Order: sequence, then structure tokens, then C-alpha cells
Amino acid sequence: MAVARGEIPVDTAPYQLSGTVYGTLLNHLSALAAMQDKMGLPPYNAPPRAPVLYVKPRNTLAMCGDAVAVPAAFAGEENAELEVAACLGIVIGRTACNVSESRALDHVAGFLIVNDVSVPHPNYYRPSIRYKARDGFCPLGPRVTARSEIANPDALIFRTYVDGILKQTMSTADLVRPVARLLADVTEFMTLAPGDVLAAGAAAPAPRVRAGQTVVIEADALGTLSNPFVAAGA
Amino acid sequence: MMRARVAFAGALHEATPHGSSAEPQVRLADGRVLGEGEVVWLPPFAPGTVIALGLNYADHAKELAFNSQEEPLVFLKGPGTLLGHRGATRRPADVKFMHYECELAVIIGRRAQRVARAQAMQHVAGYCIANDYAVRDYLENWYRPNLRAKNRDGATILGPWFVDALDVPDPANLDLCTFVNGTQTQRGNTRDLIFDIPYLIEYLSSFMTLCPGDVILTGTPEGVVNVMPGDEVVCEIDGLGRLKNTIVADAAFSR
Repeated sequence: MAVARGEIPVDTAPYQLSGTVYGTLLNHLSALAAMQDKMGLPPYNAPPRAPVLYVKPRNTLAMCGDAVAVPAAFAGEENAELEVAACLGIVIGRTACNVSESRALDHVAGFLIVNDVSVPHPNYYRPSIRYKARDGFCPLGPRVTARSEIANPDALIFRTYVDGILKQTMSTADLVRPVARLLADVTEFMTLAPGDVLAAGAAAPAPRVRAGQTVVIEADALGTLSNPFVAAGA
Repeated sequence: MMRARVAFAGALHEATPHGSSAEPQVRLADGRVLGEGEVVWLPPFAPGTVIALGLNYADHAKELAFNSQEEPLVFLKGPGTLLGHRGATRRPADVKFMHYECELAVIIGRRAQRVARAQAMQHVAGYCIANDYAVRDYLENWYRPNLRAKNRDGATILGPWFVDALDVPDPANLDLCTFVNGTQTQRGNTRDLIFDIPYLIEYLSSFMTLCPGDVILTGTPEGVVNVMPGDEVVCEIDGLGRLKNTIVADAAFSR
């Protein structure tokens, strides 16, 4: 069964996605470093202990080539920008419940690129979901690459280009919790089902994008995910 | 019309209420009549995006020492947390405070995109009861409420029945209450929602398209107490039935 955002199928043969996508906050060393000075202070009071996850609901899912709408409330302003975050998407292949780190990768079908789009929000205490859950704010693809084709998911380089200019290079070697550790810690409290996608975390600072620009994320062996950003209603 | 989705004798069935409250039964579409304990109850509809409200009753917000809000406190849940009527929810041995939350769940029936308040209720298919457990020990101050506290396996109970919107003429005046082992611990009325159902649909659909099967858990009133393995938790809402759940210890899950 293909999942749908509105009427658009998001299906990445040969694997079918369940339509459930989770993101992981502060799981890249650069993102952690960017928040380091604030972590001990209110409202946070302490660094995160367990993985901090969020949901990218089905209305956010989009495919390679789909336009991402920059919200009207922002598009009319000067400097109206969104953040784009290149992430490694882990596609679950077998039900993963309380898996050990050593067996975690057995539960992975493959990997894809996730572009976790957000309205910039400096406060991570209790951000409104309207920053991350807007329609079309989670392009992913361009396909699922089988796990067997990826020698080491903890050594993948993601490059983010905005209108052809390289804006960010992110390596999964710098994940706070590498793929297997992340799966073990997440599935301790939350079972992941076949077709679910867990985005492993983004680097900081996130590149900014305006309406009229195109974002291309390429990663070794995973392909290229390209999405134009347009003014909402355009 | 009240409908449930149940499993019985090798198949999934639609079931309707039968019998008396003293001896509740269900009737399958094929005519079989069964005790409510003879079937396995699933969430009563195919859930899409699960949207939940924090602190949407003034008394509960006060109970947890929160100030007034400008915008609804909304969080999202995944499908793995969902469970049906008469299910079992795990309480980890190391926690001190795990509590239920009885909530009115609003099920979307028609795609909703930038819907105005006045039209919002046309997009509601029906209602059910939700019991949205929280493990407060695991609450952290990052992207609150973090999923380890609020999206645990089997910790969001939906059911027992999907009740057509037509059969709930005033969803803004429903008593809801919770009983733990038969003792009432929580009581409220949906008239005390800070952000009411039409507002929530207008607000959410302003930035995210709601689709049939998406469900909004509208928040819980005051009266949340700790529950322990063996406790039977029953959430009731006027006209929607009684949603039962049992707390179990780690051992049942080989932990």
C-alpha cells in the first residue's frame, strides 16, 4: 500500500514506506555543540539523556522534484527563509523492538535521503508543530538504497546545495548516536515497523532557503534529492 | 451508530453493541453475538496522523503549574503507540509516576485544508475515547513532550467504539471521567476545553492538511494519578462508552 500526501504517492520501490517518519533532535555533534552553552540553563536545565524524537506526519511527505511551499506568512517578508536539514533516513525492514546495538542493523531494509524542512525556531523547549509539520515539509528519496549496498552507514557524506552552491557538508561519522546505537536506544521505548523511516539527525547550522531557490542534497550511494522552493499559492 | 473493529476466530470484523451494560456483548456483522471479552478489540478506525493536545483544560494546566497559552500545545504520535479496548499497557519497573489521561478523540472524516471555524465541524466523522498515558519520569525539556514520555508502545488507547458525529449532538458538553480499580479519580467536561474542537480544526488545517482517519486527542482535565501493575483503568465519556485498560509489569514483555 502506497502512502499518500494528499493524492501524491510516496513509494520508493522496491521498498514500500509505511508513511511514518520520525526525526531525531540534536544527534549530530555540530548540532549539540551549537546548543552547548544553553543546555544547562532554563528552560532546558540539562542536556538530553534519551534520544529526542519528533514526528513528520504524512501530510509532510514529498518526493524528489515536488515543490516545497514557503508559507505565505513568511513569503511576503524580506528574509523569509526556511531551514533545510539533510539527514540519513533509516528505513526499517523488520519489526524493531528493544533491539541490541549489535543486532540493530539486521532490522534495517535500507537508507534514503531525508530533507527535514523547518520554519527556523531557536527554542527547542516546546516548539509549535507548525514549524515542522507543514504540508510538504519532508521530501525524501530519491529511492531506498538497500542496506547491503551501503558498506558503512556511519561514514556517509551528505552535501546540500542551494541553487548549485554548496552550503553544507554533513558526515554521519559525526552522529552523537551512530545508526545502530540510535536504533537500540529508540526501540527501547518505541517499536519501529517495516517501512518506518527514522531520520538520524541534522548538522548545524542548517542552510536557509527562500522561495525561488532549489535545494539539492546528494549523498554517497544514496543519490540526489532535489526540490524547488516556491511561494505558497504560486 | 457505534462501531468497533474486533478480531475473532481468524478474521477482523465490524462489531456493534449488544446486550446490557450489566453483561456487555458485541454483535458481529455476520450475526454472531459474543461477550466483550471474547473478542480482541482494535482501535475502532484506521488511524492516520495522531495529533494530541497538552494542557487543554484550565484545571489540568493549573495542576501542572502552567501559565496561559497563546497557541495550542500540540504534539504528534506514531502508530506504534496505539492500542484498543481491554489491552495491556506496560509500566517500566524503574518509574515513579505514570498516569492515564482520559480525552475526547475527534476523528476527521473529510479532508481539511485551511478550513474556517464555522465550517470545521463538517470535517468531523465521529468520536471515540482516548486514554493517553504519560511516564513523567522520562519527560525531558527538549521538544516537549518527548516521545519517550508520551509515545511509548501501547500507551495510547482508542475505543471502544467509533461513534458517528451525528450521534453526538453537543461534543462541547460531554462529561468525562476515569476510574482506577472502580474508584473515580478524574472528572471533567469538554465545555472546559481551552481550545475547542472548531478552533483546533481551523488552527491545524491552516498549516497541515487533515485527512480522513487523522485523529485529534483534545487533552485531559485534572485528576491524573499514578497507576501500578495490576490496576484496571476505565475511561468514560457520555455516550461514547467505557474504555478499559490494564497496567502490567515488565515481566509480561520479557523485560
